[in-house]
Amino acid sequence: MEPEKMLHSEEAQALAEQGQPPMPEEEEMQPLTWEITMARIRYALRTSAPYLGALGLLSTLLAYWLLTEVFKAPLFAKIPGPVAVADEWFSHHPMFGISIYSSVYYRHIWASCWRIIQAFLLATVLGVPLGLFMGWKKVFKDYTFPLFELLRPIPMLAWVPLAILMFPGYEASVIYVTFLGSFFVTTLNTLLGVESIDEAYFRAALCLGSKPRHLFFHVIVPGALPFIFTGLQISMGYAWFCLVAGEMIAGSYGLGYLIWNAYMEFQEPVLIIAMITLGFLGWFSSALIRILARRLMQWQVREMA
Amino acid sequence: MILSQTIGNDGKALAKKPAISSEATAGKISIRDVSIVYDPEGTHVVAVDSCSLEIPAGEFCVVVGPSGCGKTTLLNAIAGFHGVTSGEIYMDAELLCSAEKTAKPGADRIVVFQNGALFPWKTVLDNIIYGPLIQGKMDRKEAMAACHELLIQMGLSGISHRYPSEISGGMRRRVEIARAMMNDPKVLLLDEPFRAMDALTKTVVQKYLLDVYDVSNKTVFFITHDLDEAIFLGSRVIVVTSRPARVKKIINIEIPRPRDFRVLTSEYYRQLKEETLEAVHEEAQKAFEAGEREMA
Repeated sequence: MEPEKMLHSEEAQALAEQGQPPMPEEEEMQPLTWEITMARIRYALRTSAPYLGALGLLSTLLAYWLLTEVFKAPLFAKIPGPVAVADEWFSHHPMFGISIYSSVYYRHIWASCWRIIQAFLLATVLGVPLGLFMGWKKVFKDYTFPLFELLRPIPMLAWVPLAILMFPGYEASVIYVTFLGSFFVTTLNTLLGVESIDEAYFRAALCLGSKPRHLFFHVIVPGALPFIFTGLQISMGYAWFCLVAGEMIAGSYGLGYLIWNAYMEFQEPVLIIAMITLGFLGWFSSALIRILARRLMQWQVREMA
Repeated sequence: MILSQTIGNDGKALAKKPAISSEATAGKISIRDVSIVYDPEGTHVVAVDSCSLEIPAGEFCVVVGPSGCGKTTLLNAIAGFHGVTSGEIYMDAELLCSAEKTAKPGADRIVVFQNGALFPWKTVLDNIIYGPLIQGKMDRKEAMAACHELLIQMGLSGISHRYPSEISGGMRRRVEIARAMMNDPKVLLLDEPFRAMDALTKTVVQKYLLDVYDVSNKTVFFITHDLDEAIFLGSRVIVVTSRPARVKKIINIEIPRPRDFRVLTSEYYRQLKEETLEAVHEEAQKAFEAGEREMA
């Protein structure tokens, strides 16, 4: 809320210097972000959505339990039930060494998270400017886009052997593959974002005396933001996908490795634990991006409020 | 009826203008034999055909014509969004565009767009002060004070920290006019700005536009196909033909300013409307038939 408050006082000061009283009617017109969030939560709790969601979750869990542990359906014969998984997950002395009380578990989680952070940040830092630039300068796009479109469809798994040959050690290879997956999605969405901007905004900005750099910072960047953030959401999902694929093939830590290892060593509960952990981490990382998007795109938040 | 002698088709009558418009010294637009042809995918489309029009400085000039007749094309050429195929457009003594030269868009000719082009990512305040700030004409404090004044004048005080999506359509149009006026342009180019508006909101916004015009006396080039709007706002109504656009008829509107809604029910108004309607209807019919042919 800081920048907005500053704006307020700045304006009030400007008016005071002119001998005009500050505008009192503006004081309470600014709903705070957390107030909007709280209001939205209160509103959400009055609708049926959260309860239906919980019901869906619980009934799936129930079905899972019935199939695996009560009726022992043939398809699920080798799958550990929810009770077995929970026993392992919350045990002080886990049979296979992976529970919320074991440090190895967190070491795997952190290994994966740290790779995601590096790869995703690198992809964002490179992909967003590249996409913006491709959308801004037609000539640049003409140079780069065909190459981009040729490389993009190559499945990320196909890059793994190349990455292992290129980089010393597994760590860099896994990060590289994760980065690539994320990078293409981010760049493409940013480019689409620039291209989605209504021509009228460019024209209006030109009318108001904009130079190219003004167009870039006042029209192209903010205009592409909604697409950029949609892109980052997808890119984050894709990054997890590539990460787990990479970790299954190379590496000795990380959730992907844990899943593969659990499978090879018949540690079925660990497999499920790692999968659910990935689910949580994926959801959490998406949520972080959504929060950032809301902060940066106040104009859309207020529209929805 | 003082204005009756003052509005002429040529610049000469300008000298007789009454006091309120005496400050309008710049912003004369002169369109000389302009043709605009464009070729999307090889089809040779003549949008504007040898169109000539003199708009004296400070005149409220309204152009009416059937949809898709080339009115907007002409406005875009003045604004500098695209060039002309032949002919010239001058603003005062300066050549804006000709076959060789495309005008550069700039803050002396500000467009208010059909569907609105307030930046949705900027607050009302930031939208309005954008022009003077990036041109370096004002610092932020000055701009904010000027903006505040302008907002009060437009009946918009108290919304400066809102985003365009948070205010009503009528407010948005007024903010857009304020954003244009903030740059002190020579010419205001309005491209059917009130098109998507309900009749009641329209009358309010029109009134604000007239107030701004009465005070500032900018040259206004206003495109519409709403005849009531044309007559109520304009000093002159230019009826253009269906594509390619040519000047078909010029109707002087001698309703004194400041104008009031009561004029809409007067006999004089009715006569004007009949005259305009006749000219427009013929063109609308042609445009309709041409459309039918194109579809067939």
